[in-house]
Amino acid sequence: MGVGIEVTNLNAWYGANHTLQDINLPIPANHATALIGPSGCGKSTFVRCLNRMHETNPIARVTGSVRIGEIDIYADASPVEIRRRVGMVFQRPNPFPTMSIYDNVCSGLKLNGYNNRKTLDEIVERSLRDAALWDEVKDDLKKKSGASLSGGQQQRMCIARALAVDPEVLLMDEPASALDPVSTSKIEDLIFQLKSQYTIVIVTHNMQQAARVAEKTGFFLNGRMVEFDSTHKIFTNPSDKRTEDYITGRFG
Amino acid sequence: MTRIRFQRSLDDLKEKLLVMAGLAEQAIQRAVEAYRTRDLSICDLVSRSELAINRLEREIDQSALDLLAMEQPMAIDLRFILAVIKINADLERVGDAAKSISDRVRTMESMAIADLPVDIPRMASLAADMVRRSLQSFIEADPEMARAVLSMDDAVDSMNRIAHTTLGNVMAAECHLAPQALHALMVCRALERVADHATNIAEDVIFWVQGADVRHKGSYETSKPDPNSLAS
Repeated sequence: MGVGIEVTNLNAWYGANHTLQDINLPIPANHATALIGPSGCGKSTFVRCLNRMHETNPIARVTGSVRIGEIDIYADASPVEIRRRVGMVFQRPNPFPTMSIYDNVCSGLKLNGYNNRKTLDEIVERSLRDAALWDEVKDDLKKKSGASLSGGQQQRMCIARALAVDPEVLLMDEPASALDPVSTSKIEDLIFQLKSQYTIVIVTHNMQQAARVAEKTGFFLNGRMVEFDSTHKIFTNPSDKRTEDYITGRFG
Repeated sequence: MTRIRFQRSLDDLKEKLLVMAGLAEQAIQRAVEAYRTRDLSICDLVSRSELAINRLEREIDQSALDLLAMEQPMAIDLRFILAVIKINADLERVGDAAKSISDRVRTMESMAIADLPVDIPRMASLAADMVRRSLQSFIEADPEMARAVLSMDDAVDSMNRIAHTTLGNVMAAECHLAPQALHALMVCRALERVADHATNIAEDVIFWVQGADVRHKGSYETSKPDPNSLAS
């Protein structure tokens, strides 16, 4: 099951550039939360702070607290442990090109020391089923490489890979922006299914997508969280003029 | 300012609706004038206006549908287009009410003019004033002006109830005036409906400008859905 995320006074820097400023945000468990905002507003930096990927950049720095369930991820756990609990899916599918579909999905498990063939088989099947890809690839699991799949299938395979390590939170950074409408629709259906088991945070530039998949939406601007509310409120009657200007396309 | 083409389309939509509003307002004034004077030439004008109103209703709906499909409007733009669609329907009904009154005038052509105890011109004036003010609140995007229209509806409802009683008494006491009294009653009912449409328009203006749903004498607070109902 997913767990809630409590972000308190989060600040992030790239060198001298203060990219996130005093972010406070309660992300509810087992819901999809969308983050919207113009390019460079800090929303991708924010999600990278939720699994300690931001600090992989040597000039990056973070202060504040991010609690995932009972754990303060910057105080109580290692980055490796956090990234197992918090899966991430990126804008472009990133399969390991020389690996089969099977090996792509279980790569994280193997890195975590899983070797039992039967267990791996079970987890691969469950993950591919959860990612709505099993029926399309079950006959070619070990024959085809991950890179031979279509873009939409590759993205769902990457979601299966993220699910295989049994995370509590799934971060999605524009997961459908490189996909056609049918593949996008499958990813959105998948988000709808997955949020009963995981807490999902999705960064998107597609506001209709945010409106379709998320119960909560946050609007970022210039490194600050301008407004966070129910998606219904944000897209029908936002409280802040800057949010309204952005979602009605009158920003700038 | 960005989305210049979209903003122009919204302005065009507003302009079309105001043309339709002008026709509907004129139609109701003419229909009441036709009732007062029994002038069938005015009834012809009302019929022609109704055709124009119906044509505009289709055009406005089509334009609104195009904008919803092509522009995916959000927030105040979405509320504006929804309000236009609803006001469009209300104005078409105002045109229908004017046509209904003028049809009664045609039926009454051969009847003697009776001095009935009902002040239809005053009721018509109040209903037309509500339509005018609700449309002015739309032009000026003024929710306070729209709220003032809501408070006028009770007066028209009250006049309609009184007309119902007094005209009912006339029908019971003076049978030879029953046909005229019945027609007058129907005219009062049409005017009461016009006032209701003005009220709807005012409510739509408040929804557009403030995002608040004040229909059915509800709270003036913005409606808030139960967040739990959105959970999967």
